[in-house]
Amino acid sequence: MTLSRDQMAIRVARELQDGYYVNLGIGIPTLVANFVPEGMEVMLQSENGLLGMGAFPTEEELDADMINAGKQTVTAVSGSSIFSSAESFAMIRGGHVDLTVLGAFEVDVSGNIASWMIPKKLIKGMGGAMDLVAGADNIIVTMTHASKNGDSKLLDACTLPLTGKGCIKKVLTDLAWLEIEDGAFILKERAPGVSVEEIQAKTQGRLIVPDHVPEMTF
Amino acid sequence: MAGFNKVVDTYEEALAGLEDGMTVLAGGFGLCGIPENLISEIKRKQTKNLTVVSNNCGVDGFGLGILLEDMQIKKMVSSYVGENALFEKQLLEGDLEVELTPQGTLAEKMRAGGAGIPAFYTATGVGTPVAEGKDTREFNGREYLLEESITGDFAIVKGWKADRYGNVVYRHTAQNFNPLAATAGKITVVEVEELVETGSLDPAHIHTPGIYVDRVIVGTFEKRIEKRTVSE
Repeated sequence: MTLSRDQMAIRVARELQDGYYVNLGIGIPTLVANFVPEGMEVMLQSENGLLGMGAFPTEEELDADMINAGKQTVTAVSGSSIFSSAESFAMIRGGHVDLTVLGAFEVDVSGNIASWMIPKKLIKGMGGAMDLVAGADNIIVTMTHASKNGDSKLLDACTLPLTGKGCIKKVLTDLAWLEIEDGAFILKERAPGVSVEEIQAKTQGRLIVPDHVPEMTF
Repeated sequence: MAGFNKVVDTYEEALAGLEDGMTVLAGGFGLCGIPENLISEIKRKQTKNLTVVSNNCGVDGFGLGILLEDMQIKKMVSSYVGENALFEKQLLEGDLEVELTPQGTLAEKMRAGGAGIPAFYTATGVGTPVAEGKDTREFNGREYLLEESITGDFAIVKGWKADRYGNVVYRHTAQNFNPLAATAGKITVVEVEELVETGSLDPAHIHTPGIYVDRVIVGTFEKRIEKRTVSE
């Protein structure tokens, strides 16, 4: 079985550590906030200028001046801080954020990522994605392993315009947890019930399969 | 003494001197913290051929989006323009030029511009289409791009409170690009919700010191919410 969106978020949440500052992108990465282990303190950074993003507001708390990077209305947790966009990106570009989780269209064996532009189709802009991938050391990309018509998104070389070069080391797909090392994807974990063969068939880029590839448990 | 009285009474005065072909820096992120009434005044004035530097371009019918209706914007410098159908149409038909700029680079371009720094190196965008035509240099074994700073003829800014000296504070995440734009305009105009008595703002808590601000005007704001999300 492929991982559900929630299962992907749960798997990413296992990489959290107490005291981490974390930036979560739009989509599956946002769901990670729902699975922070009990008793663990993490601070969510939202690149529009909020460190310590909280839950969505109640009707009474709703405030047009309080939004996240996805432009959704949010609240701030106790101990949060609010600042300008330049300060926000100083945190990001200065390498102060402990973990960044974001989606992508493609990643490749060199750690390149393409996530913002499909020529002639989708040209909306990169937002903060290029800053996030260039500034963070610890990045997890969450994505489906292959497109709906079966094309692999884990490639020898990205085909779409890049968001960042040589910056990705960890990828979670709906089929597997992989790490990028020395020009190859290393298969670290499989989704429950997904065979190594299926992952091999859906990975276009060079894939190294260790002798034992454990199944994820949920 | 009126030397430090930045307050003007009308939006016409607030944007006096804005002319065709100028560059305008605008604060705001999405529809949060945008100078709504100053944008409306630009529409009323029908100033054309503008280069507008702003993280986004509003939405259809609100925010900077209304300046597209009469083709007042020639060029947009933004990080994300995905919320606006008219924008896409004008871009595809060649009526509008856009320079997509990474969000952190855009913020730093304004910050540096306002601080008198003409350019800076950043790792953001190396190896991507953003790097095309730009100088690169290696520092400590890593490649960096040379990005030029931005200044504008006008900066239009949305604050929460200001005093007559032009000291400004912003409210919550409506701060975003506003203090950066404020530093980088030849003429910086701030519209606020409230004009407060001199001395009532804590000097240590001022976000934008008055030295950056030329004109202050008090407005009323719709504060439209782009994505209303609530918990049960």
